[in-house]
Amino acid sequence: MSTTGETAVSTTGETMGTTFDVAVIGAGIVGSAIARKLAGYELNVALLDARGDVGDGTSKANTAILHTGFDATPGTLESRLVREGYRLLSDYAERTGIPVEHTGALLVAWTEEELDALPALKEKAERNGYDRTRIVGRDEVYRQVPHLGEGALGGLTVPDESIICTWTTNLALATEAVLRGVTLLLNRRVRSVEERGGRTVLRTSGGEVNARWVVNAAGLGADVIDRLFGHDRFTVTPRRGELLVYDKLARPLVDKIVLPVPTARGKGVLISPTVYGNVLLGPTAEDLTDRTDTGTSEKGLEFLLGKGEKLMPALLREEVTAAYAGLRAASDHPDYLIEADAGRRYVLVGGIRSTGLTSGIAVGEHVAELIGEAGLALTPRKDLPEPPHMPNLGEAGLRPYQDAARIAGDPAYGRVVCFCERVTAGEIRDTFRSPIPPSGLEGLRRRTRAMNGRCQGFFCGAEVGNLMDTKGGSACEQRHPSPEAQR
Amino acid sequence: MTTDITTLTPDVVIVGAGPSGLSAARALAPKLGGGVLVLDRESTAGGIPRHSDHPGYGIRDMRRFMSGPAYARRLVEQAEAAGATIRTNATVTGWAGDRAIEATTPEGRIRVEARAVVLATGARERPRPARLIPGDRARGVYTTGHLQNLVHLRHGKVGRRAVIVGAELVSWSAALTLREAGCRTVLMTTEYPRPDSYALFSVPGRILFRTRVATRTRVRRIIGRPELEAVEVENIDTGERRVVECDTLILTGDWIPDHELARAAGITLDPGTKGPLVDSALRTDRPGVFAVGNMLHPVDTADIAAIDGAHVARSVIAWLNGESVPAGQVRLVADAPFRWVSPEILRPGDPVPSRRRLLLWSDRYIPFPQVVLRQGGKVVARRRLWWPAAPGRVFRVPTGILSAVDPKGGTVHIGTR
Ligand SMILES: Cc1cc2nc3c(=O)[nH]c(=O)nc-3n(C[C@H](O)[C@H](O)[C@H](O)COP(=O)(O)OP(=O)(O)OC[C@H]3O[C@@H](n4cnc5c(N)ncnc54)[C@H](O)[C@@H]3O)c2cc1C
Ligand SMILES: Cc1cc2nc3c(=O)[nH]c(=O)nc-3n(C[C@H](O)[C@H](O)[C@H](O)COP(=O)(O)OP(=O)(O)OC[C@H]3O[C@@H](n4cnc5c(N)ncnc54)[C@H](O)[C@@H]3O)c2cc1C
Repeated sequence: MSTTGETAVSTTGETMGTTFDVAVIGAGIVGSAIARKLAGYELNVALLDARGDVGDGTSKANTAILHTGFDATPGTLESRLVREGYRLLSDYAERTGIPVEHTGALLVAWTEEELDALPALKEKAERNGYDRTRIVGRDEVYRQVPHLGEGALGGLTVPDESIICTWTTNLALATEAVLRGVTLLLNRRVRSVEERGGRTVLRTSGGEVNARWVVNAAGLGADVIDRLFGHDRFTVTPRRGELLVYDKLARPLVDKIVLPVPTARGKGVLISPTVYGNVLLGPTAEDLTDRTDTGTSEKGLEFLLGKGEKLMPALLREEVTAAYAGLRAASDHPDYLIEADAGRRYVLVGGIRSTGLTSGIAVGEHVAELIGEAGLALTPRKDLPEPPHMPNLGEAGLRPYQDAARIAGDPAYGRVVCFCERVTAGEIRDTFRSPIPPSGLEGLRRRTRAMNGRCQGFFCGAEVGNLMDTKGGSACEQRHPSPEAQR
Repeated sequence: MTTDITTLTPDVVIVGAGPSGLSAARALAPKLGGGVLVLDRESTAGGIPRHSDHPGYGIRDMRRFMSGPAYARRLVEQAEAAGATIRTNATVTGWAGDRAIEATTPEGRIRVEARAVVLATGARERPRPARLIPGDRARGVYTTGHLQNLVHLRHGKVGRRAVIVGAELVSWSAALTLREAGCRTVLMTTEYPRPDSYALFSVPGRILFRTRVATRTRVRRIIGRPELEAVEVENIDTGERRVVECDTLILTGDWIPDHELARAAGITLDPGTKGPLVDSALRTDRPGVFAVGNMLHPVDTADIAAIDGAHVARSVIAWLNGESVPAGQVRLVADAPFRWVSPEILRPGDPVPSRRRLLLWSDRYIPFPQVVLRQGGKVVARRRLWWPAAPGRVFRVPTGILSAVDPKGGTVHIGTR
C-alpha cells in the first residue's frame, strides 16, 4: 500500500477484492483518530463514512473547546480520556498546525447557590487530576471579563481550558490516516453486516467492504450499527445544541471562555472566542428524535438571546455572523461505552457525547489497546510518514494574505477571494490538491473559512462557487507549485 | 516574514472604487500633484453597479439614465482620465498609522502612507444569520448582492420559484435579476404596512412580475435539506402562518455599512447608520480621514453616493492645505420615526451638506411629513414636505431648515410632528 504521493481516497467503486484487517465506520474525529492510530501498525485499514466528506457529522458543529476535563465525573473512562486527549491533542496541534489558543476559562457563579458550589467544583477538578483552578471574587471576575453582565458573584478560573479548530483537527487526523495508507471510503453508509468465515462483510450504499475486524465509531448512528452486530446495549438520543457566532468586531469584548456552573443537563450556555476571531454564544441542549435535524429553531435562538442579554449585553449589540446546530450523541449510558467483542472481532466506540473533539486521539490509543488485547496482532511500523502540516485557519498564526514572502513566491496567496475571512485563491486551490479534497462547498468552507464571514457570500459567494466548480482552477493559474500541495 | 512590503506615498488614498470612491478620485486627481490612489478588493472597479445590470443609474450625477455596468465603466474611465490610479485586487486589511493602511495584492503586501484617507467601502445587505431566520441549512438562500454576482457576473443558475424578502427598490432589482435568470418571483414579503418603493416600480412591477406583495409579514422558518423547499411566512398582526413553496429565497435590503476599517481605527460610529459619524464636510473624528457614500447612509442611490465623492474633495483639499476645522459644533440626532440622519454633525462655517439635503431613513410611511427641528427643548423650525417619507428608501430634507439652528444651542433633534 502506498504511503505518500498517491493516496487512497475513494468516493465510489468496489473494494471487493480486498479484505481489510480493520474497517473503521465513521470518519468523524473519533473514527479518524482510530484509523490513524491503527495505521501506525502493520495493518491494512479502511475508514468508511456515509457522507461524501470526512468530518461531516457532529465533529463539524460543536463548541470547539479543548477541555481540560476539570468538570468530568471523576473515575469515569471519559474523565481519563479527556484528560489524556487534552495533552495528546495539544501536542498534535503543535506538530500539525491545528489552530489552538490557550485562552483559559472563567466559570461564573450568578447565584448564592452557584457560589456555594464552587469549592466542590474545584475539588472535583482535583479528583480529575487538574489542580490549577482557583476560586476568585466578584472584582476579579469583572477584571478578567469587563463586559460581563451585571450580577456575577464570583468565579472559578480554569487557566488551561483552550479553543481549537475542530475542522482542522478532523481533517488532520483523516489526512494523516490516508498518508499512512488508510483507504478512505466515502459515500458508504453501512446498512447491514454479515459474518462470513472469519471476516465481516459490511454492505454499504456504495458496495461491500470486507474486513477481519470492525470498529464502530459511527457517532449518532453507533447504536444502530451495534444492533447489526447483535448487541443491545444503548440507545443514542440526538441532543441538539444551537449556537450563534458573533462578528469579529465583537472579539475585543472577551478573550477567554466564560462558562456557567454545569448542571446535570450539560455544560450550559457559554461565551467563547473562536480561533477564527469571532465570539460564540451557546449551545442549547434539547433532546430530539430526528438524528439528522441540524437546523436551528425559533425557540433555541430566542433562548440564546435571552441568555446572552444577561451574560454579556454588549455582545448582543453586535452583528450575528452565523447560526448553526450540532447533535450530541447522548445516550442512556452514563459514560463512554468502548468495548471489544473478541469473538465477533468488533469494537464499539459509543456514547462520545460532548467531549469527543478533545478525547478523540486518546480514544484512538485506548481502542488500539483493547483491540490488541482482544487478539489483533499489532506490529508497529517503522516507515511512518511525517504528520501533515495543515493550512492555518487561525487568527493567532500568520495567514497567507499577511505573508509577504509567501505571496512573493506565489501571487495566488495575494489574491483575496473571500474578503470577510480573507481567504485567498491560493488556499482554495490547495484544498483540491490535498490528500482529501473537498467534495462540495461545505467541505471547502471547513477547509478554508471561505464564505464563513459576515457577508455570507454577498460579495464572494459567486466567485467561491465558481472556484468550487473549477476545482480552484480558473481564477488563479498556478505559477509555482504550492508547498501545501507538495506535501 | 512580513518584510518585503512596498510602501506607496500618494497624497490621498481612497478605499473602495464604487461610485463614491471613484467620484472622489475624479474630483481630487486634477488638483493634486502627489497622486490619488484608489484601492478596491474586487478584480474590477465600479462597486455595486458592476453587477446591478438594469437601467436606473446616473440620473442625478451624469444626467443620464443608464445601466449599472455602463455607469460603473464610465465612472472608472472618468477617474482614470482625471489622473487617478486605480488598483484592483487590493484588499485593505488594516491600518499602519493614522493615515497609513495596509493591503494585500497578488503583487505583494503594500503599505500606503497618505496625507489623507477617504473611506468609501459601501454597505451590504444583512444575510440570513444576521436576521436570525431559523430553520434548515438549505441551499438556495441569497442576498441580492450574491444573486447578482451569480447571475450577472458568473451567469450562474438559480431556481424556478422565488420568494423575496423586502419590497423596496433593491427588492425589485432582485426581481429583475431573477426574471433574467428564468426564476419566477411568487411572493414578496414586507414587514411594513405598504410596499415601500416608488409607485413607479410597484404598480407596473406587480403587473410585470405577476408578484404578490404580502404586507405585514415575515419569513419565520426555512424548510428543506439540503435544497430549499419552502418558507414559513407569518402574518405579524395575526400570528397566522403559512408555508410557501419555493426553491430560492432572496434576502434584500436590511443594510449594514462595511465599517470594519472605520471601527478598527477607533473612529466613532453613529448608532443609527452604524457608519462613521461625520460632519457636513464628511470628516470622521480621526483627523485626515474622511468617509463617503453608502457607508454613511445605508443606502441611497448610486448618484447620491457619487455626489458625496465630489463633495468630499473640497474638504480633503482644505485639510491638505492645512486649514483648520471650524470650532464649535452641534450634533444632529434623528428621533422616531426616523432611524438615522446623515450627516450628524454641523459646524458653523462648514460647507452645507452635499446637494443641500439632509438624508434620513424612516421606519414609517408618512405621505406629507411635517419635519420638525427641536433644540434645547424648543421647536426651532418646521417644514411640510410634499414627498413621502417611506421605509426602505432615503428621505431627503432640504438643508434650508437648518438656518434656525443656534450653533451654540446644543443637540438638535430632527423628527416629525
Ligand atoms: C453542540 C455541541 C458542542 C460540543 N462541544 C464540544 C467541545 O467544546 N469540546 C469537545 O471536545 N467536544 C464537544 N462536542 C462533542 C464532539 O463534537 C463530539 O463528541 C465529537 O465530534 C464526536 O465525534 P465522532 O467521530 O464520534 O462523531 P461524528 O463526528 O458524528 O462522526 C460519526 C460519523 O459516522 C458516520 N456514520 C454514522 N452512521 C454511519 C453508517 N451507518 N455508515 C457509515 N458511516 C456512518 C457519520 O456520517 C459521521 O461522519 C460538542 C458536541 C456538540 C453537538
Ligand atoms: C441590488 C442593488 C440595486 C441597485 N440599484 C440601483 C439603481 O438602479 N440606481 C441607483 O442609483 N442605485 C442603485 N443601487 C445603489 C447603488 O448601487 C449604491 O448606492 C452605490 O453602489 C453606492 O456606492 P458606494 O461607492 O458608496 O459603495 P459600493 O458601490 O458598495 O462600493 C464600495 C467598494 O468598496 C470596496 N471595498 C470595500 N471594502 C474594501 C476594502 N477593505 N479594501 C478594498 N476595497 C474595499 C468594494 O469592493 C466596493 O467596490 C442598487 C444597489 C443594489 C445593492
